[in-house]
Amino acid sequence: MGFERMVERSLAAGLNRRAFLKAGAAAGGGLLIGIGLPGLMGGAEAAGKDAAEFTPNAFVRIGRDGRVTLVMSQVEMGQGTYTSMPMLIAEELEVPLEQVTLEHAPPDNKLYGNPLFGVQITGGSTSVRAYWVPLRQAGASARSMLIAAAAQHWKVDPAACHAERGEVIHSASARKLKYGALVDAAAKLPLPDKVALKDPKDFKLIGTPAKRLDTPDKLNGKAQFGIDAQLPGMKIATVAACPVFGGKPVKFDEAKARATPGVRQVVALDNAVAVVADHMWAAKQGLAALDIQWDEGPNAKLKTDDIVAQMAQAAEQPAAGALAIAKNEGDVAKATAAAPTKFDAVYQAPFLAHATMEPMNCTVQVTKDGCDIWTGTQVISVAQLVASKITGLPQENVRVHNHLLGGGFGRRLEVDYVMQAVQIAKQVDGPVKVVWTREEDVQHDMYRPYYYDKLSAALNDKGMPVAWSHRIVGSSIIARFIPGAIKPGEPDPDAVEGAAETIYDIPNRHVDYVRHEPPGIPTAFWRGVGPTHNIYVVESFIDELANKAGKDPLEYRRALLGKSPRALAVMNLAAEKAGWGKPMPAGSGRGISVQFAFGSYVSQVAEVAVDKDGSVRVQRVVCVVDCGYTVNPDTVRAQLEGGIIFGITAVLYGQITLENGRVQQSNFHNYRMLRMNEAPLVEVYLLPSAEAPGGIGEPGTSALAPAVLNAIHAATGKRLRKLPVDTAQLAST
Amino acid sequence: MITLNINGKIQQADVTPDTPLLWTLRDVLGMTGTKFGCGMALCGACTVHVDGQPTRSCVTPVAALAGKKITTIEAIGSTPAGKHIQEAWRDLEVVQCGYCQSGQIMSASALLAGNPHPSDEDIDNAMSGNICRCGTYVRIRAAIKQAAQNAQGAASAHSAAGGA
Repeated sequence: MGFERMVERSLAAGLNRRAFLKAGAAAGGGLLIGIGLPGLMGGAEAAGKDAAEFTPNAFVRIGRDGRVTLVMSQVEMGQGTYTSMPMLIAEELEVPLEQVTLEHAPPDNKLYGNPLFGVQITGGSTSVRAYWVPLRQAGASARSMLIAAAAQHWKVDPAACHAERGEVIHSASARKLKYGALVDAAAKLPLPDKVALKDPKDFKLIGTPAKRLDTPDKLNGKAQFGIDAQLPGMKIATVAACPVFGGKPVKFDEAKARATPGVRQVVALDNAVAVVADHMWAAKQGLAALDIQWDEGPNAKLKTDDIVAQMAQAAEQPAAGALAIAKNEGDVAKATAAAPTKFDAVYQAPFLAHATMEPMNCTVQVTKDGCDIWTGTQVISVAQLVASKITGLPQENVRVHNHLLGGGFGRRLEVDYVMQAVQIAKQVDGPVKVVWTREEDVQHDMYRPYYYDKLSAALNDKGMPVAWSHRIVGSSIIARFIPGAIKPGEPDPDAVEGAAETIYDIPNRHVDYVRHEPPGIPTAFWRGVGPTHNIYVVESFIDELANKAGKDPLEYRRALLGKSPRALAVMNLAAEKAGWGKPMPAGSGRGISVQFAFGSYVSQVAEVAVDKDGSVRVQRVVCVVDCGYTVNPDTVRAQLEGGIIFGITAVLYGQITLENGRVQQSNFHNYRMLRMNEAPLVEVYLLPSAEAPGGIGEPGTSALAPAVLNAIHAATGKRLRKLPVDTAQLAST
Repeated sequence: MITLNINGKIQQADVTPDTPLLWTLRDVLGMTGTKFGCGMALCGACTVHVDGQPTRSCVTPVAALAGKKITTIEAIGSTPAGKHIQEAWRDLEVVQCGYCQSGQIMSASALLAGNPHPSDEDIDNAMSGNICRCGTYVRIRAAIKQAAQNAQGAASAHSAAGGA
């Protein structure tokens, strides 16, 4: 299911706090009080297991030395979860953030499953949304037990005590006890039936720009990413998969590779060959020496144009069973027939690679009794499961040691690189770190799907839309990612997210989806998932309708946002901060977008300058967000700033193309990233809100493309309906 | 056996002379702070200093480093410019995933060491070889300016103290 829809459905299905606690109890047995609060297996038993520690739940551990360890189920890939998640616990536990130590959680869906998915997933901008209540409960339960322990010791009423900065205080007698001194007694106490969460007005940490806990080690080389794993006797491997998807190695010169200094072993897999060596340089040299010949298989002649032609065909004549209706409101045909003006357009979005700065890598040691994996993954329990299947070992014998992720963006929701590394490690004696070259990383990614969208609208005599049709053609990531999740006749909810539901008041709407799987190229989630594609299309097309009606795009949207006050508010502020309507130099323009996605409202205004040669420079982006209650406002800003830069890279440069079945891009010279000298000014404004928290990792990216394309139109009068920007179309003649 | 002077320490590595410094550091000497990003000097993640100059270690063979002083991210905090850069990075919360930041900090430290008052253009020139996929450029620019200010303040305080 699309992340957004998965969230909605989970909530609708009653996976709210109550069910969440109950689910945990059922899953764990004994004294578990929920997946967020597995608690003591009986106080005495826990104390006996490790007398020096108090472990009131899976997320909190307090030692006799007073050291507080928070176990992080959500992974850190730059989005700030290793600060925002601890903030939720520390707020209720009453400990200063800087006094806590973080630990990566092991794979365990029962203890650490994301409450919105039931599986241990970090993705879809869900962390704060999913853990907003459970982690505060975890902190509050621990605090309440520590207070009870102190009250018992002093023989006073617990209600007369409170906790502050890692101590329990009895104000009346001015007595204090540090948490460390209370852990033994607290561990013997029963878990509280229920705990009261703080009133938000009493928050000390939540809502403040707390310093990130992961930053210090990222400034001096100490931070450990998956690629930094080191083990005694570890070998390094690098790998070449068949450059054409679906192909396999036929012949290679193993002797020549083994003659390379430092090379130890050559390992052949079904679709790839790996060279195992003392270090990466030797492995790379050895791989080059292999001179692999491939059987390129059925996709040997595939090229992007063929894929797009198939999609255009599917848009007109969907294959049997491929079409699903996502939304049908009013009567589009009738409204269209009666309208004086009709307008239609086709939009296209390319395949995209993720290009995380840390290339794919995974370190594995397989022995006859167990398997250890050191990597960075967004889906640690899935990594455990696939390794168990490949090795034939029981799941509990597969230990996954998660690391910081050098970028995720959806790439590390996939476990292809883990599976491959386990397959290699099965044939290697001792631990082996498999590291992909950048070329392998770009050419064997799992790509953001190509999308082909057909839109049509009917305008009334005032130029306002009375009917709206949108057909989306593209591959279904969900159908592959969660087999069986989509029933026949249902649309892929991710593929239509940001299109099926709308903030605009348009009386007649029809949105449908045609599933079309491209041959020879695997597809996957990419930052912003469904909305990154749909918001681009919808917000561009709305702009086109405003142009068609001869109206200002801001005023046009305002007239349609009567039922979406939060969307209207972010847009109005963005326009004001950007100076909407102020004249700009020739060749420059301003464009706007507004969206509701991932539970947050975002509006952006982009300013661009288009050169005579058609090159586009994004000069400034103003972004306003209403993401509900904010845990760490500085992280919110950082995510939007970064999401905007990520979006600009995609709009200006991002595309993966195929020729003869091979991905034509290979490294940063031909799969370009925005650089410092191209980065615009970015201004982010937060609208205060008491609504439930929304997601923030992805909305900055999804709002960006249409703002830039609308600005290009304002600057040049040219409407681009295909990404990335084609400078040839913009060059002045 | 190759001899290298890394962070003021003489180290020996059993690699062929054409082996890039990057892999010698990471895989042979166990110094993983310097990162691999592209292998073609396109992204700057592997930046170290060689005699104070920012250098892409992924394309620098160890044979070219005889008699030269190599500084890596692990030791940059002991240089005045490096310390100011790290502090400004912390103050402004530049870092997101952090993978590229070793290289960013090495490039920025070299810039600041050689140019106490970098302009926007100087920053563009010094930093455009370092890619950040999380998109922290806006804060990197601000942090370099803040580090320059702090360094200037520290320098004038130092000279005032020295003069007294």
